[in-house]
Amino acid sequence: MPDDHDISATGVSTEARRRWMGLLARASGDAIQRLAEGLDLPAFQRIRGPETGLVMLRGRAGGDGAAFNLGEMTTTRCTIRTADGQVGHAYVAGRDARQAELAAVMDALLQDPDRHGSVMDVVITPLAEAEAARHALRARRAAATRVEFLAMATMR
Amino acid sequence: MSCLRPGFASPVLDAQASFRAVLDAMSRPGRIVTLAAHAPAPAPLNQAAAAALLTLADAETPVWSDAGADVAEWLGFHAGCAFTPQIRQARFVLATGAAPALATINAGTEEEPQSSATLICQVEALVAGEGWRLTGPGIETEHRLRVFGLAEDFLAQWQVQRARFPRGVDVLLCAGSRIAALPRSVTIREG
Repeated sequence: MPDDHDISATGVSTEARRRWMGLLARASGDAIQRLAEGLDLPAFQRIRGPETGLVMLRGRAGGDGAAFNLGEMTTTRCTIRTADGQVGHAYVAGRDARQAELAAVMDALLQDPDRHGSVMDVVITPLAEAEAARHALRARRAAATRVEFLAMATMR
Repeated sequence: MSCLRPGFASPVLDAQASFRAVLDAMSRPGRIVTLAAHAPAPAPLNQAAAAALLTLADAETPVWSDAGADVAEWLGFHAGCAFTPQIRQARFVLATGAAPALATINAGTEEEPQSSATLICQVEALVAGEGWRLTGPGIETEHRLRVFGLAEDFLAQWQVQRARFPRGVDVLLCAGSRIAALPRSVTIREG
């Protein structure tokens, strides 16, 4: 199990980085692009990609708990390095190269102590709020279709 | 801060072209082949050794290297290979300085000679048409090759490993962007 207090060389905890990488991966490329216009992005160099490929998804699907290859998923990955040497990685579902590249740039900036705060405020917090709103909307729609079995019992 | 650099500009095509070049070099021992694909590798890796390792090394081939942390980071990222401090366990041995003795490198077993390691050795220069006289499979009569920058007792080491064929170490000599291969089947005589 990864340790929540595992601090990398740049002083970023694994758990915090996992959270923002996940938010960037689940957001759309357009949404990241729109929010990132509020930042002045530094010059950066592509180290690898963006390139699209397949990753095997494994899960404990069987009754005995052994790992099972559920299927392959289209993934786009990108790694960039900013001019001051910060490396950012991104793996996103689908084939949106622009999203992968922007997510990698955001990951690099978020690891930079000087820029972490502004990127969190301008990009990550709005993405987290949008995701929470999406989840809440979906939960409300689902809740509207809920059937109260107790109510049915009393209706009879 | 990291000084990670990009790998091949076109990972698929450049790796295929490099593989073809290494294959040509291995099947025609001593013939000098140019590895055209360029990868901006960190020093002290030269262009040919960088392209060969990006092409051949992967997650299943532990690499032993004397090239330092920058090269390990770069190669580990782009090729996904593991590094080992135990030279015997390596499937690729990268020598940018003085090459380790052939006897210290994994030569495979009698049952599985293909499990041996390949020595990727950076040298100063390769010159065809003079120097060593190479004979053996892949050479019609005789091929001549002079290598600058190898250990003085390399030929003696080669005679020792030639005696334990089919066990042995294959050698890829890299100078700038040019390579020449010495598969274990080749016989080398002083010119």
